Amino acid sequence: MRSDLWSEILQLTAEHLLLVLYAMTLAIAMGVPLGIYLSRKEAARPWLLGFASVMQTIPSLALFGFLIPIPFIGGIGKRTVIVALVLYALLPILRNTFVGILGVEAAICESAVAMGMTDGQLLRQVQLPLAAPTIMAGIRVATVTTIGTATIAALIGGGGLGVFIFRGVSSLDTAQILAGAVPAALIALAADGGLGWVERKLSPA
Amino acid sequence: MTLVEFRGVSYEIAGRSILRDLSLSVEAGETLVLLGRSGSGKTTALKMINGMLFPTRGQVLVDARPTTDWDPIKLRRRIGYVIQEVGLFPHFTIGDNVGLVPKLEGWSAADIENRVNLLLDRLGMPPADFRLRYPRQLSGGQRQRVGVARALAADPPLLLFDEPFGALDPVMRLELQQQFLSLRRDFQKTSIFVTHDLREALLLGSKIALLTGGRLDAVAPPQEFRRVRTDEARAFLACLDN
Repeated sequence: MRSDLWSEILQLTAEHLLLVLYAMTLAIAMGVPLGIYLSRKEAARPWLLGFASVMQTIPSLALFGFLIPIPFIGGIGKRTVIVALVLYALLPILRNTFVGILGVEAAICESAVAMGMTDGQLLRQVQLPLAAPTIMAGIRVATVTTIGTATIAALIGGGGLGVFIFRGVSSLDTAQILAGAVPAALIALAADGGLGWVERKLSPA
Repeated sequence: MTLVEFRGVSYEIAGRSILRDLSLSVEAGETLVLLGRSGSGKTTALKMINGMLFPTRGQVLVDARPTTDWDPIKLRRRIGYVIQEVGLFPHFTIGDNVGLVPKLEGWSAADIENRVNLLLDRLGMPPADFRLRYPRQLSGGQRQRVGVARALAADPPLLLFDEPFGALDPVMRLELQQQFLSLRRDFQKTSIFVTHDLREALLLGSKIALLTGGRLDAVAPPQEFRRVRTDEARAFLACLDN
């Protein structure tokens, strides 16, 4: 019984981590380029930021509910969970990317342009390196939130540590709730610490 | 030989007129000072030379070609640019900051290193001490020297200065002004220099163009500027007396 619980904890933790990993990979792959695009296209800002903000205001439970009936991305299972997690993680990454780029001191960008840098050189050699700590902060916030939100995945058959929590809640079993909540909290703390370290490493000062 | 020419240049933005019908030319070897109060349009005029801004009417010619016909990247790499805030890259070493344009232009590493060493040396910053430092480790005066070295790096025929010494203390400012004069003797560059300080204009300019409200008020060499009788020139000259 004991060893059963431990192996289940391990298995669900791995499942949980994998959900977060997939979701964050997709969110970064979409959020950073979209943030760069926003830094170049002022007209697109209200639309994209508005969309991402609206996504974040939908209660997570409701978002899962909305997604289930949608063909291709919806249904019961991991795919729906990942889509929802990506939609949540998008805003902090997107926003921090473009805020980080626009936050680079105007005199530095002006010099870069006046020295004859192309827009691509300005972006790769100046703006992205200087915005990196801000972008990383967005990724860190998004990751920590995603680790927490991913517990709801269990509700629509996505697995992960939420399985323990929902089982514990329905059977009034505190041990089960803790078996889900403690590992989730530890993962979140570790992610916060690890990504915070990377963030500090990227800071020039 | 005329290096830069403004032909009836006007610039308007959001219904506000910044420059009105400016015509002015800069000959090779000259140091033209654009003198004026804040908001007189002098910085706007400067930014039209390297294609950071374009006239809404009229033309700016560089090497007898309108800036609108130039590839802006090519144009800017032939023009050094120094601004008050310096704008060094904080994540680049001093050496990499100075060698920026040569690197963009595809010079060999050895050529870049030689050029960087020469310029740092020339500006009184021993390369062995300064090359590998970062901008935040330098004083304001040292940073501006690096800014000047960066502008000179690819040996451009033309240099633009936008109040480069405005943020420095008076002692440092005078030191850099003297250095500017000695660099000009050695490098024989054409320069266009924006300032609101008549003393600086008289010291550095070979020709002073006074702007007011976006219009050209007077043009005179420094030794004749004291005899200019426009209201704006008198207002500036009055500052000299106290």
